[in-house]
Amino acid sequence: MAEIKLACNIASQVEEICDRHHNKPGELINILHEAQSLQGYLPEAMQRIIARKLDIPVSKVYGVVTFYTFFTMTPKGKYPISVCMGTACYVRGGEKLLEELKRRLGIEVGQTTPDGKFSLDCLRCVGACGLAPVVMIGEKVYGRLQAADIKGILENLISAE
Amino acid sequence: MEEKKVVSLKIDRHEITVPEGTTILEAARLLGIDIPTLCHVDIKGTCIRNTPASCRVCVVEIEGRKNLAPACSTRCTEGMVVLTSTLRVMNARKIVTELILSDHPNECLTCPKSGDCELQNLALRFNIREMPFNGGELSSRKREVTASIVRNMDKCIFCRRCETVCNEVQTVGALGAIRRGFNTTIAPAFDKMMAESECTYCGQCVAVCPVGALTERDHTNRLLEDLTDPDKVVIVQTAPAVRAALGEEFGMKPGTLVTGKMVTALREMGFDYVFDTDFAADLTIMEEGSEILQRLENHLHGDKSAKLPILTSCCPAWVNFFEHYFPDMLDIPSTARSPQQMFGSVAKHYWAKKMGIPKEKLVVVSIMPCLAKKYECDRDEFKDGKVPDVDYSLSTRELARIIKRFNISLENMADSDFDKPLGESTGAGVIFGTTGGVMEAALRSVYEIYTGKPLARIDFQEVRGFEGIREAEIDLDGFKLKVGIAHGLGNARRLLNDIRSGKNHYHVIEIMACPGGCVGGGGQPIHHGNSEILKARAEALYREDRNKVLRKAHENPFIIKLYEDYLGKPLSEKAHQLLHTHYFNKQND
Repeated sequence: MAEIKLACNIASQVEEICDRHHNKPGELINILHEAQSLQGYLPEAMQRIIARKLDIPVSKVYGVVTFYTFFTMTPKGKYPISVCMGTACYVRGGEKLLEELKRRLGIEVGQTTPDGKFSLDCLRCVGACGLAPVVMIGEKVYGRLQAADIKGILENLISAE
Repeated sequence: MEEKKVVSLKIDRHEITVPEGTTILEAARLLGIDIPTLCHVDIKGTCIRNTPASCRVCVVEIEGRKNLAPACSTRCTEGMVVLTSTLRVMNARKIVTELILSDHPNECLTCPKSGDCELQNLALRFNIREMPFNGGELSSRKREVTASIVRNMDKCIFCRRCETVCNEVQTVGALGAIRRGFNTTIAPAFDKMMAESECTYCGQCVAVCPVGALTERDHTNRLLEDLTDPDKVVIVQTAPAVRAALGEEFGMKPGTLVTGKMVTALREMGFDYVFDTDFAADLTIMEEGSEILQRLENHLHGDKSAKLPILTSCCPAWVNFFEHYFPDMLDIPSTARSPQQMFGSVAKHYWAKKMGIPKEKLVVVSIMPCLAKKYECDRDEFKDGKVPDVDYSLSTRELARIIKRFNISLENMADSDFDKPLGESTGAGVIFGTTGGVMEAALRSVYEIYTGKPLARIDFQEVRGFEGIREAEIDLDGFKLKVGIAHGLGNARRLLNDIRSGKNHYHVIEIMACPGGCVGGGGQPIHHGNSEILKARAEALYREDRNKVLRKAHENPFIIKLYEDYLGKPLSEKAHQLLHTHYFNKQND
């Protein structure tokens, strides 16, 4: 993967986040959490800035980033899709929704479509079990879905652009 | 004074009283009960300590507790009753080991660590005769061959020793655990190759790896081919720390000096000339010592460009370290090359010509306690075109292996002397192999040259020892020379940070990357966490120094002759060209 250079303003925002946490190594996870919210992912350059600010080896930062599934080094799509795999959603067909999304988008879990529009992830329970099975796209929750609904939802998002 | 609290407990059938905070493992060892361990390593007297309690091989039963407890990280408490060898404990240990083996390649026959592997030893000790858990699929983790270190992560058991040593002891931060579960591996950041990381090739990860996941790049076959090639003239140089440790590989007591036996063995193997890196160590003192004096005098006369402190530069891992982490300070280390490289340069440019040996026929091999030396041979600035000054370097362990292949039993060798002239050395060159040794060797010459007076006392006890950072004040006839010594790169980093922030108050600093100096190098016989072995090796070097007639580098008659015949004087143009170097900024981002 080609190394991605960070825009200056992003770099300084990452530094600000570190400063706000007093550059404490113990705050690494909180810092990564906030840093990821800037662009939706944690590119190499961002991790190097955090390591330098906290005065810890970059291998440590990378170790934490790869340990927790929440953190990602892949840029998210314009429409980040998360399929709930919590118990209720799973038994009511969450897996079928996931298969349909994979098939239609041509990507695996954790990947982003080449045009940058959609990314696909799984999550565990959004607290809307009554609507199971649930898919989140961005901040919006789609409930009581069937695999046949997926096509329409994707088309609506594209045509709304 | 407050009395230190103690606790009394019972381990198996023995009562014992220990200071509060002692672990069950430590208490048991005091009683002579050898609880097995695998991930644990605690080298007393150094800062190498790894107790993640992750392998669970050391579990014991504690009365009143439902679960077994890891002895390495459970502290003794008052009235505790510990059982270290019940059937339940023995079964648990066996199963834990079997589980580790379930994901470990069955390659013992061809593994370079075979015979020195802690996992293999446990399998033997626990009488494991079959593999009950052959289910898990072996993951194909990364393999990598660098100039110095070979990494085969399929053999990794995740004890985290290398990670602890690399991050906490050496503060290099090249290796860390990444990902989780079956996908876990130990790797540099962003899963890059070690060669692209901040790795200094100090080899301390190799020195503590209990299995064959991290080993050295092996040159024994290459050496075998060169030695049996009738067209080649093969010469060898041996570093000081090798002679104090090689015997261990042949069952001798740590600290046994095998200098004379080693020289005979090398001749038996077919080396055309057996020389000594100690000769080049004496030469290093001439150049580095003169540089110290020059910079000191210029500095005292107000020359702002003459920066102090001056740092030693004979340790290649240390050179890599400051090139990666302190690129703003490349002008403070001495420009003197390491003894290995000085030797190569003198051998190929001076000695070969004198002997009428064509350059392309001459092979210069070094035997080093070090893995970074392998990388150092490969550095472009130490090559003449494509021809390296030192062709390649073997570790002490590799030398032992190849001696055995030649059917030589080292213990039965008679003693013999190094060849002249590049094998002649003083006691100053010998002590290069231990922390504080380079400083002491430099002080012996700097004192006499600076003051013009003979030293009343040759031993500088004040710079010896095992403390991570030491300092001393040496009286040079009125001028108080302040010297600092650090071993282990974490300690070096502390000193460098002080220099950067202006807090430093030393004139000269010696730095060795490995704990203990070269006696504890990454290429030495595996010490399995026993610091007494390192001390015995250091003591052996001081013993060899004491037994030498000449103990000051500037008194070496062959060094004096080398300057008269060829180099002129220390720091001359010729000396600069052949014996000095420059450094590069290798910072990654």
